[in-house]
Amino acid sequence: MARPGILLFSGLILWGLLYAGLQPAADFLTVTVLNLEPGTHFAESFRFFIFEVPKVLLLLVLILFFVGIIRSYFPAEKTRKLLEGKPAFTGNLLAGLLGIVTPFCSCSAIPLFIGFIETGIPLGVTFSFLIAAPMINEVAVVLLIGLFGWKIAAIYVATGLSIAVSSGWIIGRLRLEKYVADWVYQVQTGVQYEAEIRLLFQDRMRAGLTSVQEVLSKVWLYLVLGVGVGAAVHGYAPEDLLADIMGQNSWYSVPLSVLIGIPLYSNAAGILPVVSVLIEKGVPIGTALAFMMSVIGLSLPELVILKKVLKVKMLFIFAGIVGTGILIVGLLLNSLI
Amino acid sequence: MKTIKILGTGCAKCKSLYQNTLEAVKLSGIEATVEKVEDIQEILSYHVLTTPVLWIDGKSVIRGRVAEVTEIRQLLLQ
Repeated sequence: MARPGILLFSGLILWGLLYAGLQPAADFLTVTVLNLEPGTHFAESFRFFIFEVPKVLLLLVLILFFVGIIRSYFPAEKTRKLLEGKPAFTGNLLAGLLGIVTPFCSCSAIPLFIGFIETGIPLGVTFSFLIAAPMINEVAVVLLIGLFGWKIAAIYVATGLSIAVSSGWIIGRLRLEKYVADWVYQVQTGVQYEAEIRLLFQDRMRAGLTSVQEVLSKVWLYLVLGVGVGAAVHGYAPEDLLADIMGQNSWYSVPLSVLIGIPLYSNAAGILPVVSVLIEKGVPIGTALAFMMSVIGLSLPELVILKKVLKVKMLFIFAGIVGTGILIVGLLLNSLI
Repeated sequence: MKTIKILGTGCAKCKSLYQNTLEAVKLSGIEATVEKVEDIQEILSYHVLTTPVLWIDGKSVIRGRVAEVTEIRQLLLQ
């Protein structure tokens, strides 16, 4: 057991050194090596770019690694067991929290949905899980910390969780069981519990590394491009059309961003650079976060997958409740900040 | 003779797990049948919650993630 511990420790020290060296390295490269004049637009954009890209990547590596380790403690089977027999509200809250830490990919949405319903977990609690899992995304958390600071990131997690808990609770209260596709209830073939697969700590560390590799290989290009766009507009005045529509703090800007966001589908890494440009151009934070949540939390492909287990009416109710939740969060943030 | 099944509805992860499994079977030199199960109703009859799943001789040994070739090989040789 000593070896993984030592590896982890030296890895963390190396990470810390790299992170601490970023700002001096960016300054050195900009001012001393390339001899760019500090304060000019190009020099500042360049400095922003070569500082932000490695910074966001380093943050991402750290968070993905620990998320991978944490998730190895919460396989879906365990999450289901934890949720069984929980009353409404407590169940919704727990489901929302577990939605954050349980590994989830939308391709598993159906077996998960049926597996939950089959063991008697209420529909509303199941939905709290299904809403939180995609909406509260670790890549989004890292990027928000990196681009806007931890307060905005905390607001995002807290509001996302509230939407998941309250939407699930409302769905539970509305008694919508009849709008679940009939075949779902016929699947019941008796639940088997399988023994948990035993993992050593080095297996969990490997899970952490796999999660770093898996996500990073998918998103690094978006990140570099996104920060590049951010660097290019760094300091320019707002002129963009989208920013114009969303930027005016008029009553329709938040609902409009939510509506634009639903058909758009992107992972958090792809949409956040866009969000950062919007904010840079003067879009209020509530509008921008509502747009982001709508893109990653409510997506057409996921609705299409869920259509196999839900009747169309239920899909509309689901999208309507979640959309309204995002809308309220956006309006609330705009009026508070 | 081992019976191996890969359960998954055809997402990217399921395909990589299938490829890695084929590779691992080849490398380990054991005799095995490898079958893909893609029909959602059939997958559900295996009582899995997350896909993809690697199923060896009546037991799920990998759930909800892609395993590397070396890891699958170890599982096969157990």
